[in-house]
Amino acid sequence: MVGIVIVSHSPLIAAGVKQLASEMAGEQLRIAAAGGVDDHTIGTSVERILEALREADGPDGVLILVDLGSAVLSAQAAIELLNEQQQAHLILSNAPLVEGAIVAAVEASIGRPLMEVNRAAEQVATLNKLG
Amino acid sequence: MVTKEQIVRWLERLASVLAENKAYLTDLDSAIGDADHGTNMARGFAKVAEKLVSVADTDIGNILKATGMTLMSSVGGASGPLYGTFFMRGGAVTASREELSVEDLGEMLHAGMQGIQQRGRAIAEDKTMIDAWIPALAAYDTARIAGEDTAAALRRAVAGAEAGMKATIPLQARKGRASYLGERSIGHQDPGATSTYLMLKALLDTLESS
Repeated sequence: MVGIVIVSHSPLIAAGVKQLASEMAGEQLRIAAAGGVDDHTIGTSVERILEALREADGPDGVLILVDLGSAVLSAQAAIELLNEQQQAHLILSNAPLVEGAIVAAVEASIGRPLMEVNRAAEQVATLNKLG
Repeated sequence: MVTKEQIVRWLERLASVLAENKAYLTDLDSAIGDADHGTNMARGFAKVAEKLVSVADTDIGNILKATGMTLMSSVGGASGPLYGTFFMRGGAVTASREELSVEDLGEMLHAGMQGIQQRGRAIAEDKTMIDAWIPALAAYDTARIAGEDTAAALRRAVAGAEAGMKATIPLQARKGRASYLGERSIGHQDPGATSTYLMLKALLDTLESS
């Protein structure tokens, strides 16, 4: 199963998105939160992202979802610190964080491969919620 | 020539300079950003100062890499991965060195700046720290090629960074949080260009005081 990492400036948002996605996709989901500089400080941390990548890692790869700004730069910096073999099964997604995480969680939980999980999550950006 | 001890003193000095300038940088950032640059940089370099205790006896490359990794994990805002990458790349080209010649320091600064450009994808006149780095390193290179010593070349670099920093005032931001403001970002000095100036000035002051 594809793993998922949630990167947000806020520890509460990262933990909350993880909670919501797990609720939608079931307990077996491999999902880790990397929010804040620490549990009380808004920002992003390369160290926290690396820890979350280790936690969510598995044979099917990991999708990284970010909020914006420094979350993107910190995620890219974290990826650069890994070796080529590790980098090859990671995707930094352009998907919106909350909706993207829910879709990615569901797709991952039914065993879809990494590329397809990302494609489904990124497509949410054009979803018309109001029908 | 810059010795390993001077590199350590530079980073320690930078921690105090950024603590002293915390309110100033945050004021600049509250005009066009999210008002956290001063707090973020002061927090990051306070962590660097703590980390230096355990790495000061290693080599310049290792000291710079440890500084970069610490900044990436403690600054919080975009300046964390940007300055973090600067020090990581600077450390990669100074591995196992105990001192840096005027050429070595130039190579270190260029590798660092290229890292910032690659990470942030900013170009000249986007109203970012790059607007201080570009004129600073151009001035450094000119002085180095003319045969000036490290302190003299750095003095030119600091003047270049200061001019570049002030030249961000009339620019409209095209990167980061400030770019959301559009034309309202005009008329304010960029906080990242300001911390870059402070960083180079702290290095010059370290060389001149020893």
